[in-house]
Amino acid sequence: MARIDVIMPQMGESITEGTMSRWIKKVGDTVKRDEPIFEISTDKVDAEIPAPNAGVLAEVIVTEGQTVAVGTVVARIETDASTAVAAPAAAPPAPVVGAQQVAPTAPGVPPAAPRAAKTAAPTPTGDESAEERLKRKSTPLVRKMVEDHNLDLGVIPGSGSAGRVTKQDVLTYLESGAPAPAAASPTPGPVVGAQHPAPAVSAPPTVPATAAVAAWEGDRVEPWSRIRKLTADHMVLSRRVSAHVNSLIEIDFSHVAGVRKKYKDDYAERGVNLTFLAFIVKAIADNLRKHPIVNAAVSGDNTVYRRDINVGIAVALDWGLIVPVIRHADELSLLGVARGVQDLADRARNKRLTPEDVQRGTFTITNPGGFGTYVGTPIINQPQVAILAVGAIEKRPAVITMPDGSDAIGVRTKGMFCMAYDHRVVDGADADRFLADVRKTLHAFPESQG
Amino acid sequence: MAEITFLEAIREGLDEEMQRDPNVFCLGEDIGGFGGAFKVTEGLQAKHGEARVIDTPISEAGIVGAAAGAAHYGMRPVVEMQFIDFVSCAYDMLTNYVATARYRAFLPCPIVVRGPSGGYVRGGPFHSQNPEAAFLHTPGLKIAYPATAEDAKGMIKAAIRDDDPVLFFEHKYLYRRIKGTMPPGDHVVPLGKARVAREGKDLSIITYAATVWKALEAAEQLEKEDGLSVEVIDLRSLLPLDDEAIVATVRKTNRVLVVHEDTVTGGLAGEITARINELCFEWLDAPVRRVAAHDVPLPYAPPLEDYVLPQTSDIVRASRWLAAY
Repeated sequence: MARIDVIMPQMGESITEGTMSRWIKKVGDTVKRDEPIFEISTDKVDAEIPAPNAGVLAEVIVTEGQTVAVGTVVARIETDASTAVAAPAAAPPAPVVGAQQVAPTAPGVPPAAPRAAKTAAPTPTGDESAEERLKRKSTPLVRKMVEDHNLDLGVIPGSGSAGRVTKQDVLTYLESGAPAPAAASPTPGPVVGAQHPAPAVSAPPTVPATAAVAAWEGDRVEPWSRIRKLTADHMVLSRRVSAHVNSLIEIDFSHVAGVRKKYKDDYAERGVNLTFLAFIVKAIADNLRKHPIVNAAVSGDNTVYRRDINVGIAVALDWGLIVPVIRHADELSLLGVARGVQDLADRARNKRLTPEDVQRGTFTITNPGGFGTYVGTPIINQPQVAILAVGAIEKRPAVITMPDGSDAIGVRTKGMFCMAYDHRVVDGADADRFLADVRKTLHAFPESQG
Repeated sequence: MAEITFLEAIREGLDEEMQRDPNVFCLGEDIGGFGGAFKVTEGLQAKHGEARVIDTPISEAGIVGAAAGAAHYGMRPVVEMQFIDFVSCAYDMLTNYVATARYRAFLPCPIVVRGPSGGYVRGGPFHSQNPEAAFLHTPGLKIAYPATAEDAKGMIKAAIRDDDPVLFFEHKYLYRRIKGTMPPGDHVVPLGKARVAREGKDLSIITYAATVWKALEAAEQLEKEDGLSVEVIDLRSLLPLDDEAIVATVRKTNRVLVVHEDTVTGGLAGEITARINELCFEWLDAPVRRVAAHDVPLPYAPPLEDYVLPQTSDIVRASRWLAAY
């Protein structure tokens, strides 16, 4: 027999917690593998979570409405049905017998806690969940520090009473240069932990506090939503850790426009809208293999060259930005890419993205040109090293060299690309060679690919 | 400059203000020829005359009422309560009449009600009280409660010059035990501003009056025996409270002990704790703790008084608990 933990999944990079919105199954129900057992909602994604294994839902640990950290065990599935529900639920943790429970000698004067608690510095015990530690063994300040530095409270040794993690413990941990939960491994590994890249652990808090601004009469003051706060932190952090450089290149889409026109109705019959973006994603994906430094991540003093080519597409939602990812984009046909882009955008808007949909991006494309913008200068999506902004694709006057060698002004369909890249690892020549190849691909996009 | 006592500092402040402003006068029980129960006003009648240092009948309500009337006519009366415990007899005048006069009738009421307060002197239940919390809840009043001789002088002068009624608590344990050298010139300490009595970084003790000295003793002991760096904040003014100073020390040390000699329930420590929760909760690395007197009338018997009132050892014990949290 075996009892398997069901955990709160990570529903996107920089998401650190999720809310249990509904249990679809109840204790004692038989579940099939991949059968939805509960629904969660985070700031970015609402989703049904499938069972990791077949069995019987033996314990429900997180109840509806509770918000818990990513990685928290929310339920357990008994894979051997005969012993499932009979087993007692995990005993609640013994109450902390703190000094405050001893009769005080004067009102409000708690007896001193044993000094041993301070010096013994007990290490975290394995049988305690991150959520338990967070709830019982952290203070407002420590929670704030852990969030600012993007640390995992569960791995910081606590020297306070009952193993509580104190401010000093966090400072000591930061000074010791202990690895941040994310981006620690120099080889491509599973995406772990909270997804801020946490470049150097001893770095100051992500977002420097800004001075309070006085609201004037009639102003409306709106506190940040969680997604806004995460976005703000991520943007400032990215600006701070990466040496942003922008390269701009103009692309002539006249040929692509022709291919698009030719196949558009065909695709529409198959339920796919053939957009310029599909061509761009395809051209990017096909060229990343030749330019691995652009398809990379930075981890400490290491460059992580990604094996897979997973292209993220920034999707603007009413409530913020999300970057769903087309996995193995280089292995898809134009049709596959177009379908993938459409599917991800639809599901992002309908809150039907799964955790996998927003993880493991290796390169990001953002498409502000839809609004008519000439081009934008994007901020790198950490820990990646490059992001491409696509400007408006529209008819523009261009100099055309005629067959006889003379020049004339003609009308061409053109658009501007701006790639921001991290100059710590990507040199200008690397970036420009990559962009030149992308342009070459788009200028001569094979018609057969349609 | 020679050192003078806390009590002499108040007398000096009164004297200087009476010289500066002919509208300032004192009234109270036995404050003239006798110089007051603790001799705070000794010599002032001889110097300024019977019209400006007035002996009154034993009626606290009457004294405060007379002062309020004089204040409405432009005078700046300074009322002495023989013991601050008896201010309860003037509670109605102070809370219903004086505190609301400006709001009700645009009548300024710049009076000072001062008197000896506090315990640690084997005074028993009628001569050891700290009634500040009863007035803390009354909008319209200001409350000053100095801990040093310098502040005693500077704040009595600020209280007399203030255009609103001020309750001025003088801790009798400090009267002759605490000394200080007065800064030269017109030394005025503004109301509403706290003071960092000792800098520290591990935890903060927020307190006022006599327990400032107990907190300083505790801080000394904690530094020697535990290596703890303890900050001590002397509030000086209880109304208005110096929120800025409170928030600053919370953000600095993240651990706070509030200490006062007044009884714990409904005392100022509860208000301070609530403000910390509202203003800077996310800067706390431990719960806010209180050390204050037990909720009983103050016993006369010395061992019992020692048990009921907060002692240095209580502060040390609570600080250690906080530091280890």
